[in-house]
Amino acid sequence: MESTTVDYAATANEAQARIAAAPDLDALEKLRVEFLGKQGSISALLKTLGGLSPEDRQVVGPQIHALREGVTAALAARKDALEQAALTARLAAERIDLTLPAPQAPRGSVHPVSQVLDELAEVFADLGFSVATGPEIEDDWHNFTALNIPESHPARAMHDTFYFPDHDAEGRRMLLRTHTSPVQIRAMLQQGAPIRIIAPGRVYRSDSDATHTPMFHQVEGLVIDKGIHLGHLKWTLETFLKAFFEREDIVLRLRPSYFPFTEPSVEVDVGFALVNGKRVLGGSGDAPGHGWMELLGSGMVNRKVIAAGGLDPDEWQGFAFGVGVDRLAMLKYGMDDLRAFFDGDARWLGHYGFSALDVPTLSAGVGVVA
Amino acid sequence: MKFSLTWLKDHLDTDASAEEIAAKLNAIGLEVESVEDPAAKLAGFTVARVLTAERHPNADKLQVLSVDTGRGEPLQVVCGAPNARAGLVGVLGLPGAVVPAGGFELKKSAIRGVESNGMMCSTRELELGDDHAGIIELPADAPVGMPFAQYHGSDPVFDVAITPNRPDCMGVYGIARDLAAAGLGTLKPIAAQAVPGSFACPMPIRTDDAQGCPAFHGRVIRGVKNGPSPDWMQARLQSAGQRPISALVDITNYVTLAYGRPAHAYDLAKLTGAIFARRAKDGEKVLALNGKEYTLDAEMTVIADDKGVHDIAGIMGGEHSGCSDDTTDVLLEVAYFDPVRIGDTGRKLNLTSDARQRFERGVDPAFLDAGLELLTTLIIEICGGTASEVIRAGEAPSGTKVVPYDPSLAERLGGVAIPEDQQRATLRALGFASDARWNVVVPSWRPDVDGAPDLVEEVVRIHGLDNVASVALPRTDGVARPTASPAQKLERKLRRAAAARGLNEAVTWSFLPTAEAEAFAEGNGGLWVLDNPISEDMKAMRPSLLPGLLSAARRNLDRGASGLRLFELGRRYLRGAGGHSDERLTLGVVLAGEKATRGWATGKAQAFDAFDAKAEALALLAEAGAPVENLQVMGEAGDQFHPGQSATLRLGPKTVLARFGMLHPATLKAFDVAAPVAAVELFLDAIPGKKAAGFARAAYAPPALQAVTRDFAFLVPADLPAGDLVRTVRGADKANVVAARLFDDFRGQGVPDGHKSLAIEVTLQPGEKSYDEAELKAIAERITAAAAKLGAVLRG
Repeated sequence: MESTTVDYAATANEAQARIAAAPDLDALEKLRVEFLGKQGSISALLKTLGGLSPEDRQVVGPQIHALREGVTAALAARKDALEQAALTARLAAERIDLTLPAPQAPRGSVHPVSQVLDELAEVFADLGFSVATGPEIEDDWHNFTALNIPESHPARAMHDTFYFPDHDAEGRRMLLRTHTSPVQIRAMLQQGAPIRIIAPGRVYRSDSDATHTPMFHQVEGLVIDKGIHLGHLKWTLETFLKAFFEREDIVLRLRPSYFPFTEPSVEVDVGFALVNGKRVLGGSGDAPGHGWMELLGSGMVNRKVIAAGGLDPDEWQGFAFGVGVDRLAMLKYGMDDLRAFFDGDARWLGHYGFSALDVPTLSAGVGVVA
Repeated sequence: MKFSLTWLKDHLDTDASAEEIAAKLNAIGLEVESVEDPAAKLAGFTVARVLTAERHPNADKLQVLSVDTGRGEPLQVVCGAPNARAGLVGVLGLPGAVVPAGGFELKKSAIRGVESNGMMCSTRELELGDDHAGIIELPADAPVGMPFAQYHGSDPVFDVAITPNRPDCMGVYGIARDLAAAGLGTLKPIAAQAVPGSFACPMPIRTDDAQGCPAFHGRVIRGVKNGPSPDWMQARLQSAGQRPISALVDITNYVTLAYGRPAHAYDLAKLTGAIFARRAKDGEKVLALNGKEYTLDAEMTVIADDKGVHDIAGIMGGEHSGCSDDTTDVLLEVAYFDPVRIGDTGRKLNLTSDARQRFERGVDPAFLDAGLELLTTLIIEICGGTASEVIRAGEAPSGTKVVPYDPSLAERLGGVAIPEDQQRATLRALGFASDARWNVVVPSWRPDVDGAPDLVEEVVRIHGLDNVASVALPRTDGVARPTASPAQKLERKLRRAAAARGLNEAVTWSFLPTAEAEAFAEGNGGLWVLDNPISEDMKAMRPSLLPGLLSAARRNLDRGASGLRLFELGRRYLRGAGGHSDERLTLGVVLAGEKATRGWATGKAQAFDAFDAKAEALALLAEAGAPVENLQVMGEAGDQFHPGQSATLRLGPKTVLARFGMLHPATLKAFDVAAPVAAVELFLDAIPGKKAAGFARAAYAPPALQAVTRDFAFLVPADLPAGDLVRTVRGADKANVVAARLFDDFRGQGVPDGHKSLAIEVTLQPGEKSYDEAELKAIAERITAAAAKLGAVLRG
């Protein structure tokens, strides 16, 4: 049949060109309807196939199908391209200045004294010491008499001790404890022996100058057991200081001294090096350029004190020591003014304080590197 | 205790250097605070001879000297000393030398137009004595050109801190004994010869206070001539930091410092009748040698004559009866005073002295006669005169202490094995005798030793603490277990929780000004107020942590801080049972000034408000394990808080776990704080402890079906607390309602006067199967009915 022949190639070219030129998705949809919709031109061509002879259909059919597929693919490609362009435009419009400041959450901090107390608890937990406490408003029996500090001892003088006008029910004068040592007595009376404790806390002396504040922190150590001697004291102090300062080269010098509550009594010095005018612990104090500094007082618990704690001094013996916590903090973390500890200056707290997550642990270390 | 090496060598035969001696002193428990060599200050001064001395052309009182320094040409030196003359050998300070007195550096200069190349020095200028009348005159054969430091000789001075248990080392002799025992030389015996009296003591001596003054020995020396003490004695006293006064005074001071034996010398002419120790009378006054008048009481012992008090016994002599240049007859007092009495008296009078320091530690009660003879010998040698017989009133304590000892204790207590014969030798060198069965006799000068551990200390310190080896503490049995108590764990956790929430931990004083403490006191028997505060600002123990934090906030604001988040975790001090304290762990939070600064996204700065305080309180209580869902917000936070913007958080009607809110403007005014402040106080002791025994938690599986939410808006009376409605809604149908959250509080258009509209989002959790319409309706009716009991009406 000599019917009108359709130039499929030209039709395809024209459709492709119009699709490629579609400016937006709406225009593209209109083209889809125009070509492929129910009334679409290509749909119409497909409908003509039914009226053709098998021979003609074999010739024309594939051409029409190719035309439809080509247009369908062109529509999809154009759609992708238009969508991509729209997204790119949106993203460009959504651009913001990220150099602007983000909302700030405040940074909290843990006070160095608290941090060091946690560190000490950790170090001593490893040695089997638990943490004991006692009242800061003490009576003079626990603070003095039971510790073999008789009435006439200079430490009882008004000069050193803060007194209250009050007496307790037993007629004992109330005062602010001058050291953490009364916890020794309380621990012995409450727990009996054996004992391994540290007792940290606030202590008070009527003293105020550049290096003394009327309130400061001490930690007491007490071991009561059988067969405990000076060698155990020495090892404990060495082990504690090496662990606390995380230095193997800590060297101690023990000097005989006097405290009413210990016998023998031992003052402990630690060797330091002068580095750029600052004292850095480590090494023997006798080495060139080194020196010794007094660090703590200690000794074997006086028999009278053990007896005051309700224990038999023929059966039990042990050692005790006391060390300034603020001082340890200053030595480890480099503060040089004790008074600043108690001022609450937010700038100082931010600088010398510790992150809440700096929890001292044995595995990660009990110090926080600057 | 300060003393020179020369002085030490009076008592110790030794070749040891000053460094070796200092090291040994430290090692045996006599802590060396410093070793100073006065000669070190004499660098740049040289022995020099005046060749010629001529009148200064422009000044009457000056001379122009030509001085031979032993090298090079003679130097021209201008000098104003009257004794400067040709031939004098003295000490020349060259340009560059620093004059010890005054600390100025000498320079080449022109004095009244004449060049001067140095300074001829006086004794005082070199701090070698008090003489400033003229320049130093050395012997004519002194080697010209020798550095003066070398000529003068080095004599290091030790400053040793003596612990209160060692009165024997309050004398150079006792220190020498310790050093000898430690192997640093040989102790020289004390050369105390008895001086026989040539006449009966003309002054009656007695003690009427046998308790305060158990023994009073004395004698008179007649015909003395007082004057300056000899150079050797002056040098020793100066090394101890004492100023020489006169021979009689210097001699008593010397014996005090050399032997730890204080004594007093009275001018006999100034005494009337008898001399005796007695109790002072209440209100009795005495003018002491330091020029101050002291009022005494009947607890104090004095030395008096028939007319009045001459001496605060064992502490300080009186101004009126001391020796002067005119003294010819002397009464010596060598007494033993009760250490406790001396200490008490000295503290009450706030008066310290070399004598008190020794008597209150306990002088050697067996050394009274020896001391008296030493004094007598020195006085007669230096001042002449003749001695009377000795009168001894009373008796010094004399009982000898014997301590049973076991030498194995050195190892069992001291941690170091020391051979028995070495221990015996050490004890012997320190004056302790011992028999074969180790009964050890304590020497009279060691009141501190009364038990075997004291002897361990003696042998171990002399043997050397360096020799004590470290021995590991045995590990305790069992697995690692927590060493902290539940309260300590709670404290640590809360501290870090607060820091993690952006709060800065402060540590503030335990004491407050009384007015601040009173403003935060809550009855409970009253405040703890110190008798002897260091200042009025540190007088009362804090009953709350807030005042200290508030003051810290003010200091920060005054420094220009805009916003502060401070907290403290510590004790507050209340009255407890039996006259004891009740110290409660408390957490205080102060939020002051700006919560957020102005920002590009948020606009103006925002101040803290009461809800910030509430948020901190609830968050920290939740960390502490408190059942925050069950807490009630109730009033009565306290007068310190804004009455309309504060509350307590209670578990049941009585247990207050926390208070929070804005502080009262009057509180802020009292603390001088200009910014609004929100505050929280958490009472840790009130938080119920956990009851669970193990680690396993209650069983839980997330529900299979999704929860649904429904919104309810109620009209309620304006004064109904929103929390009441929320709690009621949450409790209206416990099987289905798992949460109720208020999201709107509206007053205004559409809401009648005296009412408000509260909108609540209710979360419902279906169990086995989803809700159908009927079920949802039934639940909503239950909620509406419960709310109606509070006067709430569902809005249409």
